[in-house]
Amino acid sequence: MRAPAPDQTAASEVILGVENVTLSFGGVAALRGVSFEICKGEIRAIIGPNGAGKTSMLNVINGFYQPQEGRITYKGRTRHTMRPAAAARGGIARTFQNVALFAGMTALDNIMAGRTLKMRRGFFWQALRHGPALAEEVVHRRKVEEIIDFLEIEAIRKVAVGQLPYGLQKRVELGRALAMEPDLLLLDEPMAGMNLEEKEDMSRFILDVNNHYGTTIALIEHDMGVVMDLSDRVVVLDYGRKIADGSPEEVKADQKVIDAYLGVAY
Amino acid sequence: MEILYKILIDPFVQMVAAPDLLAQVVWEGLVGGVLYALIALGFVLIFKASGVFNFAQGIMVVFAAMTLVGVYEILRGFGVYPTDLAAYLALALTFCVMLVLAVAVERLVLRPLVNQPDIILFMATFGLTYFLIGFGELLFGGNPKVMIAEQLHLPRGAIELKILGGFVSLQKVDIAAAVVASIMVIMLAVFFQSTRIGRALRAVADSHKAALSVGISLEQIWVIVWFAAGVVAVITGIMWGARSQVEFSLQVIALKALPVLILGGFTSIPGAVVGGVVIGVGEKLGEFYWGPLIGSGIESWLAYVIALLFLLFRPQGLFGEKIIERV
Amino acid sequence: MLYRECGQYKTSYEADQAVFPILQDRIGIATILVVAFIILPLTASNFVISSVLIPLLVFSLAAIGLNILTGYTGLISLGTGGFMGVGAYACYKLTTAWPDVNVVVLIVSSGVFSAAIGVLFGLPSLRIKGFYLAVATLAAQFFLSWCFIRIAWLYNNNVSGAIEVPTRSMFGVAITGPTADPVTRYLVTLVIVVAMTWVASNLIHGRIGRMWMAVRDMDIAAELIGIELYQTKLLAFAVSSFYCGVAGALMVFLWLGAAEADSFNIDQSFLVLFMVIIGGLGSLIGSFLGAAFIWGLPIMLRAAPAFFGLSIHAATVEHLQFMIVGALIIFFLIVEPHGLARLWQIGKQKLRVWPFPY
Repeated sequence: MRAPAPDQTAASEVILGVENVTLSFGGVAALRGVSFEICKGEIRAIIGPNGAGKTSMLNVINGFYQPQEGRITYKGRTRHTMRPAAAARGGIARTFQNVALFAGMTALDNIMAGRTLKMRRGFFWQALRHGPALAEEVVHRRKVEEIIDFLEIEAIRKVAVGQLPYGLQKRVELGRALAMEPDLLLLDEPMAGMNLEEKEDMSRFILDVNNHYGTTIALIEHDMGVVMDLSDRVVVLDYGRKIADGSPEEVKADQKVIDAYLGVAY
Repeated sequence: MEILYKILIDPFVQMVAAPDLLAQVVWEGLVGGVLYALIALGFVLIFKASGVFNFAQGIMVVFAAMTLVGVYEILRGFGVYPTDLAAYLALALTFCVMLVLAVAVERLVLRPLVNQPDIILFMATFGLTYFLIGFGELLFGGNPKVMIAEQLHLPRGAIELKILGGFVSLQKVDIAAAVVASIMVIMLAVFFQSTRIGRALRAVADSHKAALSVGISLEQIWVIVWFAAGVVAVITGIMWGARSQVEFSLQVIALKALPVLILGGFTSIPGAVVGGVVIGVGEKLGEFYWGPLIGSGIESWLAYVIALLFLLFRPQGLFGEKIIERV
Repeated sequence: MLYRECGQYKTSYEADQAVFPILQDRIGIATILVVAFIILPLTASNFVISSVLIPLLVFSLAAIGLNILTGYTGLISLGTGGFMGVGAYACYKLTTAWPDVNVVVLIVSSGVFSAAIGVLFGLPSLRIKGFYLAVATLAAQFFLSWCFIRIAWLYNNNVSGAIEVPTRSMFGVAITGPTADPVTRYLVTLVIVVAMTWVASNLIHGRIGRMWMAVRDMDIAAELIGIELYQTKLLAFAVSSFYCGVAGALMVFLWLGAAEADSFNIDQSFLVLFMVIIGGLGSLIGSFLGAAFIWGLPIMLRAAPAFFGLSIHAATVEHLQFMIVGALIIFFLIVEPHGLARLWQIGKQKLRVWPFPY
């Protein structure tokens, strides 16, 4: 269980506000009137049974899906719709349940791809390469190497990601998200398919990212131990509705949550 | 202003002024459309059942037609009488050849490429096309041949309808083609929907791995479906060949099937027919009434532009399934 | 043993990011350039230069263009022939309108027109993907083929419908036209192709190359890291068509000396596509290897019967050629879908440990 970090006072700044979001696909309602907030610098877990709408929620925040109703307020700006590229420019980064790496590139190139938004040199300089474009590459390469160091993946940086084991792929994907220097990091089941050691490593990385860079993190996770240990606050979804919202202790004791998801008092 | 009149008003005026001519053009378009639909049908069969876009369908049509004529000539050379016996015997042998071809393709091309991404299989059918072109030309020579329409007892002559204030002439062989195509479409549609093999074919199209894991024999399925496409190719070859000569340059017609498939959807059998008819009629009308304005020969690209415009509004075609990508 | 990287440490990121980080690769490239610029012009016969080397360079450039679009960005294109034609006809019109402007400048400029047409036919890529986009490029191909016949202005209303290349010079030496010497034409082509390959390599290894590959590998994820899909795809169309256009202009001006509408038809598109497939999608060296293979094969096949003392009918040779190319495409796709380029890489891997087996 985490002690609250010094800046987690009651009057924390809200970085993301989800207001009454409803999302349907044809006749199927994935989200119904969901509202919650994420405060700056916190780790917010989104949990719930399968099909509860957790990934859909992240997709809405990201701009992949446009909700039929409701609004998202990010960094003080409210919008009804947002395109993924705009979300990226706004400082939102994300990882996926099924690792969404660029299979044809090496780990290093994948993470360098995350720096795309930060690279400024235009077509003409790129065509020349030697000179300003190469200098810019080196600058960003330095930053990427910091991330590679941080995630301890130096040995595999020149390996094509398709050849890497699942756990390492997830780390590379995290690296690519970190390369964007996001303000809000959305992690979709980062521990899925990992053994205990790998989970401990990933948890350590997530905590370090939050502490060291101050990145706000929203994370979907099924492993209740991880949720309890890592998160500051938890949102529980069930059948597209929010059924609980509070600190991990509050949520795990909540009867509705136990009925819908936990099964027994955890 | 005059240009606008010429493009938007005048062609329709012409259509109304000579309705029998319009009917004739529409009929020609329908006929062309049925033939496009037959080719598209071959594509749909294979795509629906294995997810492979068989670029070689066009050359299979030509190859089938060439084989038919070639075998007929050999049989006659052996002194097989009467001619219709030789013709139907040649037809049966051609079906056998298409079966052999299906087996060969399955063993040499499809089996080694199981589980590869679709684009690899698509490119493999390019290779198959070129191979069959060379092989066919080697076996039968590069000269055009005459389809043995008479010997197969295909109807000849035309029916002249006196309607709409003039004459509309319908070739009997075209009517026969339309009837044959309709029968094939109905049979195939029923086959896919209702039979066990049909279901297995659809399963294979969705996922090779999943189909394998429930025990569907991919090899059998592929042979069946390529043979079916081969049968369609033979019939298409006969119909096409009866209208003009049988020659290798015909295989580029297969490219015309693409706009048909776009309109009708890559996996819909009735869609292939509807798409074929729409493209066929649209092309003929466009060429006849708008062609003189722009320049002759616009039918070489008109179908693609029609398909393209259509795609912009409905990327999955008229009948195709909308693919929802889950992230 | 020969190809070891042992002892070659990089002490700066800049050195590590180099296109040829290994010393042996750098030596290899230098050797190839020396052979190409100095040895071949001095030793090869005029026939080899005119009918083998120049076309090889032209097709390599077109293959690089198609590779950028299909291999690196994943957008299937069947319009290569048409785009090459746009470059060729554009160059022809430019040089007949401004005969005093240096023809090399015009050849490179004609790529701009190709790029514009390429972007135009790439506009549907916003909504359409995969096979369907191939149909848009087919529409482009057939439409452009039709234009090359119908629009008489393109070939200066020449009765035969064909274009003949006028004589143009640089530094007093004839470069194009009937009087141009094969070696001169070869060297001009070589310079242009080498320069453009260098630019392509720069683009591929930097930010833009990564953007293209991201769009190819998973466009959803590419959007997420902030890549604007539409602009990236259109850029790919533009650059690819530029390369194809220049290749087309080179083809007419520095190789054939003449052209007609049929030179840029759908068969041309397929030819370049096969070069890219066999050479290896997404590989610059593959573009050269594929072009060499597809272009060299018929020549070898035609020479083979005489070499072995057999006499085979010319038409038969052509049929066999189709069969062999078709069979080889299938063979490569089965054995090595990444084409000759991957085989080359595997070869280098083996060289690393030679003479040991692994």
